[in-house]
Amino acid sequence: MNLVLYVLRRLAISVPVLLVGTFLCFVMVANTGDPLGELRSKPGINAEAIAATEHKLGLDQGVVARYFTWLGHFLSGDWGISIAQGNALAPVQPKVMAAFTVTLELVLAASVLALVFGVLVGVLAAVKQYSLWDYFATTLAFLMFSMPIFCVAIVLKGYAIRANVWVRDLGLSDVLGNPWLRTTSPESLSATGVGDALAKYVGAFLLPTLSIMAITFAAYSRFQRASMLEVLGADYVRTARAKGVSNSRVIWRHAFRNALIPVMTLFSVNFGATVTGAIITETVFNWHGMGTLLVEAVNKNDPQVLMGWLVVIAGSVIVANLFADLLYGILDPRIRIG
Amino acid sequence: MADLNSLLATETAAAEGTLPPEALPEPRSQGKLVLRKFLHHKLAMVSTAVLVLIILLSILLPIFWKHSYEDSSFPSFAKPSAEFPLGTTQVGKDMVSQILRGTQFSLLIALTVSILSTVVGVVLGALAGYLRRFTDSAVSRVTDLFLIIPQIAAAAILAKVFGSGSWYIVALVLAAFGWMQIARITRAEAMSLSQREFVDAARASGAGTFRIIFKHLVPNMVGSITVNATLAVAQAVLAEAALSFIGLGVQLPDTSLGRVILENYAQLQGRPALFFGPFIVLVLISLTINFIGDGLRDAFDPRQRRMKA
Repeated sequence: MNLVLYVLRRLAISVPVLLVGTFLCFVMVANTGDPLGELRSKPGINAEAIAATEHKLGLDQGVVARYFTWLGHFLSGDWGISIAQGNALAPVQPKVMAAFTVTLELVLAASVLALVFGVLVGVLAAVKQYSLWDYFATTLAFLMFSMPIFCVAIVLKGYAIRANVWVRDLGLSDVLGNPWLRTTSPESLSATGVGDALAKYVGAFLLPTLSIMAITFAAYSRFQRASMLEVLGADYVRTARAKGVSNSRVIWRHAFRNALIPVMTLFSVNFGATVTGAIITETVFNWHGMGTLLVEAVNKNDPQVLMGWLVVIAGSVIVANLFADLLYGILDPRIRIG
Repeated sequence: MADLNSLLATETAAAEGTLPPEALPEPRSQGKLVLRKFLHHKLAMVSTAVLVLIILLSILLPIFWKHSYEDSSFPSFAKPSAEFPLGTTQVGKDMVSQILRGTQFSLLIALTVSILSTVVGVVLGALAGYLRRFTDSAVSRVTDLFLIIPQIAAAAILAKVFGSGSWYIVALVLAAFGWMQIARITRAEAMSLSQREFVDAARASGAGTFRIIFKHLVPNMVGSITVNATLAVAQAVLAEAALSFIGLGVQLPDTSLGRVILENYAQLQGRPALFFGPFIVLVLISLTINFIGDGLRDAFDPRQRRMKA
């Protein structure tokens, strides 16, 4: 019951934060450029026509009034139209949601894999502290942590061609498809049957997921190692060992579960950072997700698309943080009762 | 070093209060302790050496280098040779000078971002942690507000608002959305420090809010502030590189390592030196700063008795 109330209270606080946040975004976006700039520079258009267009688009009102107009439309489902050239005045909502779905798939795949591998490596490094394995894992973590994501993506993309040649030479192209590792968007994939679909999707998702994973995995492994070391030094672990519980049971059934709690919350809070990573990786692999959408919208001064983009991302970050708090409350009974 | 007898004599004299002040062993300040621990941290020292080398090279080498970064009269896509150690770009510019100039700007921007975000973060965090109640609520809400907007998107849009793409604009916009983590950490530390007696004593002697914060709280948080400021530089280098790589950061005539990579990454297959040059420098900068930050963290940690091998 406490938990439900807590969630409701958090949601209630999130709403004004989201409103003020969207207002801040609106002020920023409204100043990125003049939507009528092109019109103004055309010869033969007099001031009256420009003023009339301004009035029609509502641009002659103040920022606050325009914000509330936008908000009204937004909440009722009308997210506006994309005014960028070459977009044929496409409605914003399906565009942004389609891009978001693509990014979300990538983020979830990468997050889950990074968590699983990071946690396993962290546990191993903690259990065998100061061993060769620990130093190797630590060095790898530091190295990956210091890598720019787009460079990892570029290197993976560059060597995908060689890997594909290797796959082909091994004769696996019948099973895995030729080329197997794809470096472009998975939209145009058509699969025949589950096995084929699996091979094709793995091939398409593998490289971008690896790029994002490489870096977040490093953070998780370090965190899990630290958390695990702390737990392994705790009294209840010592009691368990004194009772004669086997080492693997102590590690997995007692220490691991408790060490996992702070890492799970890191997982949810890291969502924002993972989204940023996905955005950058997408631009390297040419996926039509939030990354390419952002670059296009900023370059072409497309305010409605930018607002839709910002609201979707801000909303997802809030949901992820809420999820983190909920998870923490569920996993750690001390939070609920205390 | 004095032998055992004279040592005993000194100690007894000190206990009785009969020693002249010059004979007492020199008290070690926190700064000296931290420095000593840091100097023994091999990885941090090696990283410091490498970083200093990179900084010096990027500032001094262009003065002596045979080619200017602007000179695009060289053959396009020349192979790495004695004349052009990393080859030339498509427009015929020498890669080494591009990297040197890019490094200058990357370091400058990262340092600026770190300083700005640390100052803003520490002030806001300390105010929130010390004053609590309304100020804490307000600052926490503002922090949440800035946290829901991804830094790269906000920086891209703001850079467009200001229009210029100069390095200081990019630094400003990155710092505007990069202070939140430091603020949170400082707030937690300030909160726990505010419970200590010396704060009560200061308040009882009539110290005002700002005096307590800047003369009492901040000096006690120097450790965490320094470590986080250092790590913020590494984060800023990568964030700026990412922003410039997608084309929304630094614009010509200013440049940065991210921009250099953007202009040359398509050449990975045929001319790897053009990509790996700036890439390795970028990774080295980020790696060394991260190691230094880790070394500083160990040095400031009073519980860490063991010096890292």
